[in-house]
Amino acid sequence: MSLYFTGEHEWIRVEGDTATIGISDHAQQALGDIVFAEVPEQGRSLNKGDEAAVVESVKAASDVYAPIAGEVIMGNEALADDPSLINRDPEGEGWFFKMTLADAAELDGLMDEAAYREWVKTL
Amino acid sequence: MTETSSPTQSLPLDAWHRARGARMVPFAGYDMPVQYDGIMAEHLWTRSHAGLFDVSHMGQLLFHGLGLDRALETLLPGDLQSLKDGRLRYSMLLGEDGGIIDDLMATRRGEHFYLVVNGATKAGDIDQFERRLPREIAFDHMKEQALLALQGPEAAAVLDTLVPGVEELSFMQADLFRWNGLPLWISRSGYTGEDGYEISVASRDVAALADALVADERVKPIGLGARDSLRLEAGLPLYGHDLDHRTTPVMADLLFAIGKRRRADGGFAGAARIIGEIDNGPVQKRVGLLVDGKQPVREGALILDREGNEIGRITSGGHSPSLGRPIAMGYVATALADPGTFLKLEQRGKLFQAQVTPMPFVPHQYQRKKAGA
Repeated sequence: MSLYFTGEHEWIRVEGDTATIGISDHAQQALGDIVFAEVPEQGRSLNKGDEAAVVESVKAASDVYAPIAGEVIMGNEALADDPSLINRDPEGEGWFFKMTLADAAELDGLMDEAAYREWVKTL
Repeated sequence: MTETSSPTQSLPLDAWHRARGARMVPFAGYDMPVQYDGIMAEHLWTRSHAGLFDVSHMGQLLFHGLGLDRALETLLPGDLQSLKDGRLRYSMLLGEDGGIIDDLMATRRGEHFYLVVNGATKAGDIDQFERRLPREIAFDHMKEQALLALQGPEAAAVLDTLVPGVEELSFMQADLFRWNGLPLWISRSGYTGEDGYEISVASRDVAALADALVADERVKPIGLGARDSLRLEAGLPLYGHDLDHRTTPVMADLLFAIGKRRRADGGFAGAARIIGEIDNGPVQKRVGLLVDGKQPVREGALILDREGNEIGRITSGGHSPSLGRPIAMGYVATALADPGTFLKLEQRGKLFQAQVTPMPFVPHQYQRKKAGA
C-alpha cells in the first residue's frame, strides 16, 4: 500500500490496481464545516484532471478532480447522509471514491506523505 | 487562497481577534474575523447561549440641526417624526429613483439622530448625506467609536450583570449606560433574529469590554461567517447582496419600514415610484425559499418557473445550521411570490426543487416590553 498526495490537497491510497481518493486534513480544515458531498457513479470513466466529486462547506463549493485516470469502482455512500465524516476523518472514513489505476506511471509526479506534510507547513 | 488587491484597515480589536485564533479575511475594507472555532459551532452557540460580534467596521453617524427629523425624512421613508426619544427604527437611504442606497438603523437620541450604516457603503452614504441634506443639518462620523453586538438567549442576563439595567430595555430601544465609569450607548437590537444588544463604545475601551464579556462562560466570540448564516435564517437582507440601488423597499418586501403617514403623504426620495409599487405591486419581490435535498444553492443561481423560464435570481443562500437544510432568498416575479409556490433553481447546470416560504426561516426571539413605550 502506498499513499500519495496532489498539490490540490487530494490523497490517493493505492492497493494493487485500486486507488482510493479523498481530501487531506489540511483541505478539510481550510473548507470548514462540510455540509454536502457528491461522489461519482460507479462505472464512470475519468481522465486525469476531470471534475470527479463536489464538496461544499458552509462557506463555499469546491470541486474534487480525478488525480489519475481510471474507472470509478464505487463512491462512498456514507457521505450522502453524513458529509461531516470528511471533517472528522478526512484521510480515513471520509474517503470519496475508489477507482481503477489505469496507468501507474501517473503516480510518479505526485508527492509522498512526508513531502506533502512538509509542503503544507509552508502554505 | 487569493491575494487582496487593495490594502485593508485594521479594526480596534484586530489583535484581540488574532489572539483568540480568528481566521481573518478582508471585508468592507477591513481585516475581519470570519471564524474562530468554526461557523457551524459559532452559529449554534449564538442560538443557544450568547455570541459576541465585532461590527466596528459599520459607520456610526450622529446628526443634529434644526428640523432634523423632517430633513432626514426626505431621504429615509421611515416615520422619524413620531419616533420617541431612545427608540430606533430600521430604515433605508433612498436614491431619487427610490432605489436603496443603504439600509440602516436610526435612533432618536435627544436632539440628535444616531444612524448605523453598513461598513462597505459608509463612504458613499456620507457623500449622499453631505450633498442631499440642507445646510442646517450637520453630522459627525464617529470614527473613534467601536461597535459590538452581543446576541443570543443569554445575552440579556450576561450584559445585565456587567451593566445593570439593560434588561429593562425593550426591543428597538436604546439608552446611555456606564460600565466602570465608561459611557456605553446600548440598544436592544441586532442582526441574528435573537434577543440581544448592540453596544457603541470608545475604540480605546473596546478590548477591555470585549474581555469582560468573554470572561463570562456563556459568551463566545463569533465571526462574520456565522453572522451571515444567522441573519439568513432570520430572513434579514444583506446590503450588496439582497438589496442594492436597483431594488426598492417594496420589491425587497420591507414595507414595514414605511409608516402609514409616509405612504399617504410621500415626501421622500422616489416616493412616486414607491407608492405606485405599493398600490399596483412591484414587478419582482424578495422571497424566502426552502431548497430540496442537502446541497446549498448560493447567490447567483437562477430561479425558474415550472416551464423553465428565468424569473429571478438567488441573492443569498446556504446551509441553515439550525434547520440542517439549505435555505435561500431571492427575487422572483411577483405572480410567483406566494408562499407554497413551487419553483426550480439552476446552479452550475444542475436543477433543484424549491418552495416559496414565509420568512423568517427561524422565529425571531425579540423581547418586546409593554412598559415605557
